[in-house]
Formats: sequence, structure tokens, C-alpha cells
Amino acid sequence: MTATTLTSFSHARRGPIMSPGWARLLAIFILLALWEIGARFYADPLFLCPPSQAIGALGHVLSDPKIRTAIEVTILEVSTAFAMSVSIGMIIGLAVGLHGFTKQSILPVILMLYATPQATILPLFVLIFGIGPAAKIAFGVSHGIFPVIVTTVAGVQNLRPQLLRAAHSMGANRWQVFTSIIFPHMIPSFFTGMRLGMTAVLLGVLLAELYVSTAGIGFYTRLFAESFSPPDLFALISVLAAIAVTLNELCRIAERHFRRWNEG
Amino acid sequence: MRPKLGLGQRFIQLGVLILILVAWYIGTLPGHINPLLLPPPAPVFKDFWQLVTNSNIWPDLWVTVHEWLVAVAIAAVAGCSLGYIISRSGYAVRVFDPLLAGIYSIPAILLFPLYLLFFGLGSGSKIAIGTTIAFFPVVLNTIAGLANVDKAYIRAAQSMGANDFQLFWSVMLPAAFPVVLTGLRLGCIIAFLAILGGETISSLAGLGHRIVSLAENMESAQMFANIVFAVLMAFIINGVVSFAEARGRRGFQ
Repeated sequence: MTATTLTSFSHARRGPIMSPGWARLLAIFILLALWEIGARFYADPLFLCPPSQAIGALGHVLSDPKIRTAIEVTILEVSTAFAMSVSIGMIIGLAVGLHGFTKQSILPVILMLYATPQATILPLFVLIFGIGPAAKIAFGVSHGIFPVIVTTVAGVQNLRPQLLRAAHSMGANRWQVFTSIIFPHMIPSFFTGMRLGMTAVLLGVLLAELYVSTAGIGFYTRLFAESFSPPDLFALISVLAAIAVTLNELCRIAERHFRRWNEG
Repeated sequence: MRPKLGLGQRFIQLGVLILILVAWYIGTLPGHINPLLLPPPAPVFKDFWQLVTNSNIWPDLWVTVHEWLVAVAIAAVAGCSLGYIISRSGYAVRVFDPLLAGIYSIPAILLFPLYLLFFGLGSGSKIAIGTTIAFFPVVLNTIAGLANVDKAYIRAAQSMGANDFQLFWSVMLPAAFPVVLTGLRLGCIIAFLAILGGETISSLAGLGHRIVSLAENMESAQMFANIVFAVLMAFIINGVVSFAEARGRRGFQ
């Protein structure tokens, strides 16, 4: 009797109370509720605002045409920098990775540059490209291009030489070798590189935006912080976070899709 | 990971570096590149030498390193303990691991304006951004390390009568340690980069602050000397942390 109740009790304890997804939502909700209570009753409204106020501010932040332009400018900068990183990075990666000589001589230099903290040369980008979008795009590219190069090199690195030799002996020309052997082979690592590149480009563009900017997102975050209006600041930051998460997810979905496509 | 390099390859790498230096020299001969944007190598090296031998860079270096040490210490303690607590139950791992990984994918530098508001222009905001950035790889790797210990080891230890502490100390920790160390190394390195970035955006002292103020005064040669110094510091920190990771890994096996 006692044994059966004991086992049923432990069963009830061990079985999941709710699915992890719902529990995760609940955890987020509890955190928001704690934040709401803490900010509403204990915090200085000049510095911290409850999330409900931030959500309320979302409407007027997004409806302000100037801020909307700023967000559009940032999205444009991110996408331009991303497109440039991926195309230039892939070309450099292929040029470096396909030959043993360049891989041994140039790749270490690229890896060294990759390990360099780019934040130290941010003022230089502003000196060269001015305070407009060009500096942000260039700085974004300087972040995003290295993961693309490194993953492209890694992608062509473990290409089996038999495949190349077989293609050559069957009379394939350079272009055919590229389209039907090298390119399909490097697809998975290429998308990994794109995902890493996107994260890096976002970091670069946002860093440059925060450093100096006359009309972009950085200008408004600074304005809201300096004028002590946390609801606007929180609203703007959550818009940017949402953009970042969306872009990351798009890259992740593409990566998963093409990995399966390559394996299947 | 890195293959052993022969003498010939070292020679090629040295050649590429010399080529870059020569290109730098030729490019900055009078009438080529504006010396404000790229000063010639000679003054940069002279300024760098002065910087190292007699200058006031050491207090600024200490500010940056101090911010880094505090940030890394907080992130390591908080990340490891939270990771340990979450990894105690498989259910908690399934709930919180995707949540933390999702937050990790947001560029944390976005929070920097908030931290400026909360903690001011001084060291506080840099410590906060460094801690935020370093926390996630530490906690995610702690969870990954502790939650993926082979169940056979745990069952074997339990059947031999190990108590909770013994199980943790002699089975879980050695098995998870390499993964946790990797998280700590990653955290250390990106925290340093984030702190430099924070100092560049706005600060009162530190290596990033020096570079920005020299850039604003158009002191290009000195700015480049400072950049070289900061980059060297980053490489040194990189090397020290990687060395510590390798030592820790060997010490535990």
C-alpha cells in the first residue's frame, strides 16, 4: 500500500509539470513581472522604467518618422555590410584556400587580423570614412569578413582530391569544377560563415553607430540616455534586439535548410 | 588544431609581413597617402618606443586590465554557479538552455547606453558590459559540460556508493572541466574586446579612451602607437588565457 503510493508520488514528481517551451515562457513572464514590480515601486524613474511603460513607448518611438528613418538607415547599413562581407570574404576565402601556397602564407596573416580587437581602430574608420553610413558599413565589413573568409577556407580545405582529379580526368574545365564540385561541397560551411558573419556585422555596425553618429540609431540611444527617458531607450533597444534576433534566425534557418539539402 | 609548420612556410609568412611593412613605407612616402590617415612607420615606431619606455600609459593600462579582471571574475562566478544550478535537473536544462542561447544571440553592446545611464561614464559601465558579454559563454558551456557527462560514469559512481559531493568532485567536475574551461577562455577574450569597445564609445580613462582622444586631436602617429600597444595587449591576454586553459586541462587529467 505504502509502496504503491510512494511510486505514484515519485512518478508525479518526476514527470514534467509542463512542456519546457511553456515553462520557458513562464520564466520570461516571471522575470518581466519582477522587473515591473521592482521598477514601479522601488526604482528611480529617471533611470529604470517598468516594461509596461517601455511597451507603451514603443508606439510613439516607432511612429516618429525620424526614428523610423534611423532604423531604416541601420538596417540598410547592416545589409550592405553583410552583402559586402559575404561576397568579398568568399572571393578572398576561395583565392586563399584553393592553393597550398596562399593558404600557408596569407591565411596566418588573416587569422592574426581576425584576432585583432577592431574596436581600437574604430576612430580610424571615422577619420577615413567620415561620420556617415560609410564608416558604419566599413566597420561592419571589417568585423564580418573574417568569419566568412575562415569558414570558406575551412570549407574548401577538406575537399577530397580524388573528386578534383576525377573531374579533371573527365575533362571538366575550371568553371565546371567550381560549380559542380567545389561549390556544393562548401555550401554548409558557407552558411555557417554567413551566420557568424551576420553576428559580427551587427556588432560592428552597432558599435560604430554608438561611437559616433549624427542621425542613426546611435544618435537616438544617446539622446534618450542623456535626456533620462528610459521608456524610449528601452523601446528602441528592444526594437534593435528584435531586428538582431530576426536576422540571426534567418541565417540559422538558411544554414539548417542547406545543410540538409547538401546531405540529402 | 594548428599543423606544425616547416621552415619554408615560416619564411613565406615572414616575407608577407615584410611585404606589408614595405607597402606601408612606400605608401606613406610624401605625396601618396595623407599622413593624417596613415602615418609613416618610422614615427609610429618612435612613438611606440616612447610609449613603452617613459609615458603615462601604465595607469590607463591598469584601468582597462582592472575592469577586465573584475568583469571576468563576476562572470566566471555567476556563470559557473548558475550553470551548475541549472544543470542539476535535465528539465531545467531544457527550459533555460535555449533561453540563454537566445539572449546570447542579441548583440550585448546594445545594452551599453543603458549601462552608461546606470553606472556612469567611469569603470562601472565597462565592468557591466564586460560581465554581460562574458557571462553567456561561461554559463552555456558550464551547462553543456555538466549536463553531458556520460550517464554510465554517474551510475557507476553511485553504485559504488559515492555521495553527492564525491560524485561532483571526482566524476562530474573532471568530465565537464574542459568544456567549462573553453567557455571561460571565450568569455575572457570577448570581455576584453567589449571593454575596449565600451571605452571607445565613451569613457574617462583606459586604453580605448587614449586612442579616441588622440584621434580627436589628429595625433595620428601617437594614435597608431597606442593602437599597436592595445593590439599587443589583446594578443598577450589571448596567449595567457589560452596557456592557462591548456595548463588547466592538462592539470586535471
